[in-house]
Amino acid sequence: MIGEIDPTIINLTVFVLAVFVGYHVVWNVTPALHTPLMSVTNAISSIILVGAMLAAGSTEADWGVWLGAAAVILASINVFGGFLVTQRMLEMFKKKDKKGQA
Amino acid sequence: MSANFIALAYLIAAVFFILSLKGLSSPLTARRGNLLGMLGMGIAVFTTLTITENWPLILGCIAVGAIIGSIVAQRIQMTAMPELIAFMHSLVGLAAVFIAIAAVNNPTSFGLSEILPTGSKLELFLGTFIGAMTWSGSVIAFLKLSGRMSGAPIIFSGQHMVNLLLAIIMIGFGLWFFFSETTNWTAFSAMTAIAFLLGFLIIIPIGGADMPVVISMLNSYSGWAAAGIGFSLGNPMLIIAGSLVGSSGAILSYIMCKAMNRPFLSVILGGFGSDGGSQSTDDGIQKSYRSGSADDAAFLMGNADSVIIIPGYGLAVARAQHAVKELAQALHKKGINVRFAIHPVAGRMPGHMNVLLAEAEIPYEMVQEMDEINSDFPNTDVVLVLGANDVVNPAANVPGSPIYGMPILEAHKARTVMVVKRSMAVGYAGLDNDLFYMDKTMMVFGDAKKVVENMVKAL
Repeated sequence: MIGEIDPTIINLTVFVLAVFVGYHVVWNVTPALHTPLMSVTNAISSIILVGAMLAAGSTEADWGVWLGAAAVILASINVFGGFLVTQRMLEMFKKKDKKGQA
Repeated sequence: MSANFIALAYLIAAVFFILSLKGLSSPLTARRGNLLGMLGMGIAVFTTLTITENWPLILGCIAVGAIIGSIVAQRIQMTAMPELIAFMHSLVGLAAVFIAIAAVNNPTSFGLSEILPTGSKLELFLGTFIGAMTWSGSVIAFLKLSGRMSGAPIIFSGQHMVNLLLAIIMIGFGLWFFFSETTNWTAFSAMTAIAFLLGFLIIIPIGGADMPVVISMLNSYSGWAAAGIGFSLGNPMLIIAGSLVGSSGAILSYIMCKAMNRPFLSVILGGFGSDGGSQSTDDGIQKSYRSGSADDAAFLMGNADSVIIIPGYGLAVARAQHAVKELAQALHKKGINVRFAIHPVAGRMPGHMNVLLAEAEIPYEMVQEMDEINSDFPNTDVVLVLGANDVVNPAANVPGSPIYGMPILEAHKARTVMVVKRSMAVGYAGLDNDLFYMDKTMMVFGDAKKVVENMVKAL
């Protein structure tokens, strides 16, 4: 027997595969949409909101909770700001497409 | 909820994030992609809520963030998009630092053991230091992009040595933190403080036109910070989402560097042309150029069969996108073939010009990328350069020039060239542009918006 796999190794596996997926998906993004790409990836990186919620939701009430709460605010500004501004930009591209087809 | 169920929900969210980026491969699917991204985020947040306490606090904080974020997203001017992106990167960085500090303070609330194992310490170190650098670097980028700080590079002697030394000291504190038996706050705080300082120092020597690279790089960092936190918390969804963002930013940095023909390291080490001393912009010979009014320019364009418009950062500064649209419409009505040529690094961030032209509702098929349109310049009657400089500088074809090898829009091959500019000042590279002195070139001085409006009136 070779024993159990360290969770860090599993995480590393996920990490390496995800980098490959990211690499291939992003190369297909059309250059005209590079700004929306940045704003949407920005919103996605705010997934650390999950970590912030865990800190703010800790049962042991101490200053760590408040730090977590501050992080929740920061990350959710990004979640909402990022996705909504992307939507606003993409609406503009949509209008153009309709005209193009007409 | 069981741990397995939560892990599966997170997996679904991660898949939605991948589909979200995939949607951006075409403007037709992009909106659906963005919606999938929102859905993924919704699933992730909802799932996390089921395993946390303090709901009122968490939901209250999310509501505050939602209100601020929504207002900003609605009100922001499209021309201010680069600043907004830099600002948002800084938030991700700061949030990552806060989470890491909270995790060091109370590991059990994240499901880690009371005494942090060395592996978790390494991951927390990475998350904190990338997060801190993202925050301070983005703040500087934000200040430079919004004009609150001069865009000029700030360079002092021994800069790279100072940065290197600080980095070594930071790693030293990091090692002290790893090998301390208990939680070593002194080492952790010192390390975090140095990381903040490094972020500032790395971005201040980088000048305005290199901003597309910087902003892409910080985009990448914010992703790696999220992935780092994902490692600390053992959460694969954070790792996947962070890596997607990290690689996206890295690819954008690469594309931007390639479009400037500059190695990534030289951009990051900063100060364009600073190593060559002051560029001899003045050969001692007063070169002559031809200047004309907006009316003259309008007359020439009105009699052309084909016109290509090259927008640059000057268009964004003057907020001339709507005026340009009217110009394009007026020319189009006369049966003139009007197109826009976009250089990859035009403006201050990747895709900046495309968004501005989209805002003005300029039809999609009129806007073309450099590779698509470059072969058409020799058959074009009039090229109108609006606030662009280095991206049309034919010096890029001259061996020995500082920008030699940079791909440019070949405006100089057109029959007539018109350049709208505020003055004869040199561009970011500090180089004189021979295009301005060619016999077929006419300079039109003034604010891009006013000049274009006058052209529309004259047509």
